Amino acid sequence: MAILVDESTRLLVQGITGREGSFHTQQMIEYGTRVVAGVTPGAGGREVHGVPVFDTVAEAVAATQPNVSFVAVPAPFAPDAILEAADAGIPLIVCITEGIPVLEMVRVYHAVRARGVRLLGPNCPGLISPGKAKVGIMPGFIHTPGPVGIVSRSGTLTYEVVWALTRAGIGQSTAVGIGGDPVIGTSFVDVLEMFQHDPETQAIVLIGEIGGADEEAAAEYIRRSVTKPVVGFIAGRTAPPGRRMGHAGAIISGGRGTAAEKIAAFEAAGVPVAERPAQVAELVRQVLERR
Amino acid sequence: MDLHEYQAAEIFGRYGIPVNRGIVARTPEEARQAAEQLGGRVVVKAQVHAGGRGKAGGIRLANDPAEAEAAASQILGMEIRGRTVRKVLVAPAVAFDREYYLGVVLDRDARRIVVMASSAGGVDIEEVARERPEAVVREHADPFLGFLDYQARRLAFRLGIEPDLVRGFAAIARQLYQVYVDCDASLAEINPLVLTRDRTWMALDSKMVLDDNGLFRHPDLADLRDTEEEDPLEREARLAGISFVRLDGTVGCIVNGAGLSMATMDAIKLYGGEPANFLDIGGGASAQRVAAALRIVVADPNVRSILVNIFGGITRGDVVAQGLLEALREVDVRVPIVIRLVGTRQEEGRRLLEDAGFTVVDTMEEAAERAVAAAKSQ
Repeated sequence: MAILVDESTRLLVQGITGREGSFHTQQMIEYGTRVVAGVTPGAGGREVHGVPVFDTVAEAVAATQPNVSFVAVPAPFAPDAILEAADAGIPLIVCITEGIPVLEMVRVYHAVRARGVRLLGPNCPGLISPGKAKVGIMPGFIHTPGPVGIVSRSGTLTYEVVWALTRAGIGQSTAVGIGGDPVIGTSFVDVLEMFQHDPETQAIVLIGEIGGADEEAAAEYIRRSVTKPVVGFIAGRTAPPGRRMGHAGAIISGGRGTAAEKIAAFEAAGVPVAERPAQVAELVRQVLERR
Repeated sequence: MDLHEYQAAEIFGRYGIPVNRGIVARTPEEARQAAEQLGGRVVVKAQVHAGGRGKAGGIRLANDPAEAEAAASQILGMEIRGRTVRKVLVAPAVAFDREYYLGVVLDRDARRIVVMASSAGGVDIEEVARERPEAVVREHADPFLGFLDYQARRLAFRLGIEPDLVRGFAAIARQLYQVYVDCDASLAEINPLVLTRDRTWMALDSKMVLDDNGLFRHPDLADLRDTEEEDPLEREARLAGISFVRLDGTVGCIVNGAGLSMATMDAIKLYGGEPANFLDIGGGASAQRVAAALRIVVADPNVRSILVNIFGGITRGDVVAQGLLEALREVDVRVPIVIRLVGTRQEEGRRLLEDAGFTVVDTMEEAAERAVAAAKSQ
């Protein structure tokens, strides 16, 4: 088992004829993900890396029954693409697009939820269940199957931690990037709940950063409802207040959202917090040995 | 992106919000002329992207044009939180009885827009919210229906505003919400919103911050950017598509990915150094981007060493290395560089860099430790 994506994943790629969409389709196929269809309005009938392209998501669904959509569409068109997938009834939508206006995401967030659909992202690297399926832009080779579930707001920082785990001989069940924007479809708490119920996952790594209060909500949820060991890392201890640190959501505003607050929340919930990414692997080894 | 008070007031005015219209002056002479044109007492206010203008002496009352000129000559050129004041707003002085706060922001936890109001206006609202949370009232807008009239009235009634004034207050609150949505703002704020002696509402200070991600669909608003207020290096980075924030330390950072950039800064601190900047070159790490990043980092005179931390990911390590070498040929770098490179074909990449005489290390911890040591020995 794993969460959200595995061997049964049938993937649709929205924006498949674009540079990013085409490149990552190839990468995902090479990893072993079953990509069943692509959508680019006006490119219906073409093929990209052997994958049939449709004009609309509804047509792609009728012809190929995808159960996950990967949205690699530029920011001005991405909200529409997400809603098209949601209206076509695709239960999991993964959006990697960076730069979507946040007020657009407020509407999309609530619309998607009302349709009972899960959105991951936007501005996220996607997710991977090593050895089973990759629906994202992460390098597959750094991962290895195993017992650790990972959830993170970041991209390359997650790769850093995964790489440290893999090099320490510790594999991963699923690594989920939830995205760096202020409004995202899936929160830390949502993913923690899935890992808690996934029999394959024995320990969880949570990688947070400054801004917002999702880490604090996660700490509270862990305290109440997570029985599996959790290890944390928070980026941005040295970030100045009031400045956006790359991610639109990574900003300390009104004195809230600091790394210190988040670390304190985790420690109060009994979650050890690593000082360096590589230290995550050491802490995970310790908690796994204790089990 | 921050707007100036006069820019925000001009936008609020277009939406029918009663604002205290003034005249922008760049010299004391212009301030005097503005005061002559307005007549009567005026207030001279620094136009600068920094909070705490009042406390810093950036807001002064003037009884006549000569005083306005004197006030402007004191304020212009003043440094407020590291920013030089280059413009003042000269506006009529308004006599008022009460000050309120009215603001619109995104509530990230609720994933909704929230309209906030308080009868403790004219002061730092974050302080009020911390010390007297009950003094701030809030209404969340519906994501599809927006901020409704009854919600605006409810804010007014909860603040104890008299019935004859509620309609006017509610109209301003709804218009402020509309400005926020129409402009893709991340903050729209009136502080204070005053009740004047003749019982009318007036916005005495207007503030707006725009969502950078929304600017592509508001070219008119994007044009309002005051490039004089930008740090020249931050401006160059923005134009090159690089996320860059200048800091006070001595170790320059070039990293791919925002989270990894922050973690790299933290590692520098952990090993006893101070980062000179946050810098995310984004995906791909092309030679062009790396060169732009190098130029920006070496232009900071405080930088004593540079740490390049690239997690290659899908991008091949040898391609990243070639990009780095090309960039290093283009840019004159006179401080030590420590490179950490991981990814597909990292060995080939490493060899290329080492053959060219660069130090390449395996882990970001080691890279941070070395870069800090190099900065200290310079």
